[in-house]
Amino acid sequence: MKHTLVALMEDRPGVLTRVVSLFRRRNFNIESISVGHTETPDISRMTLVVDGSNTVVEQVTKQLYKLINVRKVSDVTDDPTVDRELALIKVTAKPSTRSEILQIVDVFRAKVIDVSPNALIVEATGQEEKINGLVAMLRGYGIKEMVRTGKVSMVRGMGATRETSGAPASNGNGVAKALNSES
Amino acid sequence: MKLNGARIIGRSLVEEGVKVIFGMPGGAITPFYDVLPEFPIHHVLVRHEQGAAHMADGYGRASEDVGVCCATSGPGALNLVAGIAAAYLDSTPMVAITANVPTSQIGKDVFQECDITGITLPITKHNYLVERVEDLATVMKEAFYLARTGRPGPVLVDVPKDVLLAETEFVYPKSVHLPGYNPTKHGNMAQIKRAAALIGEARKPVIIAGQGVIISRAEKELLKLAETTGIPVITTLLGIGGFPESHPLSFGLLGLHGMAYANYAVHDCDLIVAIGMRFDDRATGKVEEFAPNAKVIHIDIDPAEIGKNVRVTVPIVGDVKLVLERLNQEIAPSSHQDWVDQIAAWREKHPATEVRESEKLLPQLPIKTLYEVTQGKAIIVSDVGQHQMWAAQLYWYNEPRSFITSGGMGTMGFSLPAAIGVKLARPEKEVWVIVGDGSLQMNVQELATAVQEKVDIKIALINNLCLGMVRQIQDLFFEKNFVATPLTGPDWVKLADAYGVPGLRATKPEEVRAVIERAREIEGPVLIDFQVETAENVYPMVKPGRSLGEVLVG
Repeated sequence: MKHTLVALMEDRPGVLTRVVSLFRRRNFNIESISVGHTETPDISRMTLVVDGSNTVVEQVTKQLYKLINVRKVSDVTDDPTVDRELALIKVTAKPSTRSEILQIVDVFRAKVIDVSPNALIVEATGQEEKINGLVAMLRGYGIKEMVRTGKVSMVRGMGATRETSGAPASNGNGVAKALNSES
Repeated sequence: MKLNGARIIGRSLVEEGVKVIFGMPGGAITPFYDVLPEFPIHHVLVRHEQGAAHMADGYGRASEDVGVCCATSGPGALNLVAGIAAAYLDSTPMVAITANVPTSQIGKDVFQECDITGITLPITKHNYLVERVEDLATVMKEAFYLARTGRPGPVLVDVPKDVLLAETEFVYPKSVHLPGYNPTKHGNMAQIKRAAALIGEARKPVIIAGQGVIISRAEKELLKLAETTGIPVITTLLGIGGFPESHPLSFGLLGLHGMAYANYAVHDCDLIVAIGMRFDDRATGKVEEFAPNAKVIHIDIDPAEIGKNVRVTVPIVGDVKLVLERLNQEIAPSSHQDWVDQIAAWREKHPATEVRESEKLLPQLPIKTLYEVTQGKAIIVSDVGQHQMWAAQLYWYNEPRSFITSGGMGTMGFSLPAAIGVKLARPEKEVWVIVGDGSLQMNVQELATAVQEKVDIKIALINNLCLGMVRQIQDLFFEKNFVATPLTGPDWVKLADAYGVPGLRATKPEEVRAVIERAREIEGPVLIDFQVETAENVYPMVKPGRSLGEVLVG
């Protein structure tokens, strides 16, 4: 099952390397990673999509916590969240196909942000499935180049993913809860 | 007062109470060596940096404090790597200081440059590349704090040469600011109560004690738990010494070469109280069939170890000593005499490894005799291989930190340098190295260090002219296809002599005791070449992919 994790970490050289090196060393299968600045200076935020069992995801969380520069890790999979991904898609557009492509772009509420005689760049924002749908539709016209940011997530409502006093979330009952959910 | 980076390191080491460091100079680290004599720190000059890392490891394990090693940039730092990894897998508190090329040259592939922080990323608890001298004191403070708190481990501090030479105001921080690091010490009380309830209900419980008991200095609390509840105690390889092996509730070593009765007990039990251990594959055997009927209480300070390998019924994250103190208040006195008798019956049937009667000198005999002669009071530092398992089986340990070995990483070449660190940490103790001929050759150059430092260690070389553990695997699982395991060793007595170490030899069983006694009479390092039988396998043995219940007794 796919899990979405949000990690807050210190924004300083080498921290991303530590995180990525951990995934490789522990043989965790990470589907996407997206990192950027946050409302707090010196703290960056990573949204991770991990495909694996609860046990694997619990290990990812705990191993991330062991990194000294990681402040907080939350599994937001079961929380109500807003999820978004951004994609730039350069698609071949001849005069004969251009209007069809524009219609598709319109249906997906995407935008054309660059036009040249034989190509368009389409900007699309939305959930992963929506981007996948758009890509599937455009593929027939010839996708020259594509870049996707990977998913970013935020929990709805007033609650915020903030760093706490630093106590590991996976102590005592937390661990028990995660482990029991396996059995 | 303004100090340069090199002096800041020296002052920081003094602030942290460091008395000994192990290392070797080189180009980039020269500024540090230049000022080292200004500080009340004894420097042990090694002959290879791997030796320095193992010495710091041995010092850390024996002293209950941080072991420190240092090396120059590039190859010097790289030579530490196997030793740092060994310390990491076995949770040794250690700080490794390396110099690097000047900041302006980093990334240019200049002479003796390597990315040691990148290389040691997965084998350190944390590491630092210090790019500003202003950060150095804080980094040193944090490095020692991280190395010795929580689950201990090695921390590497890499300091470019220009930072060693740059000056700044020296203020040693009183405390650390590490918001992302806050190990849980006190176990969750509700979980501890659940654990106590499970212990009260269990009919066939066992305690598996790991090195966490020793690191946390919880031997008394463990003893109290075992004696109050009457639960038999089995240890992991690194847990040896955390519970007295002469105690009636002690039932030996778990795992691949553990005692048959210990493995049967764990396989058959209905509750495991796992204390400061990590269910390593060498302890569990086939993990899917590990203790199939058991509930598991797992106490460990590292939350990531809980649920990593084995499903846990009651997880308790916390310092072993503090958790056991609370647990001991919750438990009611009980006894499990039928169950203890059952394990004792298994022991009757398949006793602990003994030395067979033989006219030949068998490899187990020197270890058993060493136990008798030293009355079990020496610190044994073993290397990795067959002799390591025999050292665990045939020498009985009653004190914490009396059996020191590379467990998790199984780094050959560990014992001789580690023993030098151990002896410097515990000068009052008799220290014996038990080592094979394959292992001793790997860091034999440290004999020179032992002589130069006049370190009084005795070396029992179990010389079977082969890489015995690999030979055993070939013997049992590869149709006796002994490829690349026979060794034509040096003349060890002559080699020892060349280093200035008295060399003794035994080739017959009747010579063993006398030669050990002779070695004990000589002051300073001594090497005994026990020329033993080659074709001896370690038993009991759990075959790869088998469960503990299927242990072979030989």
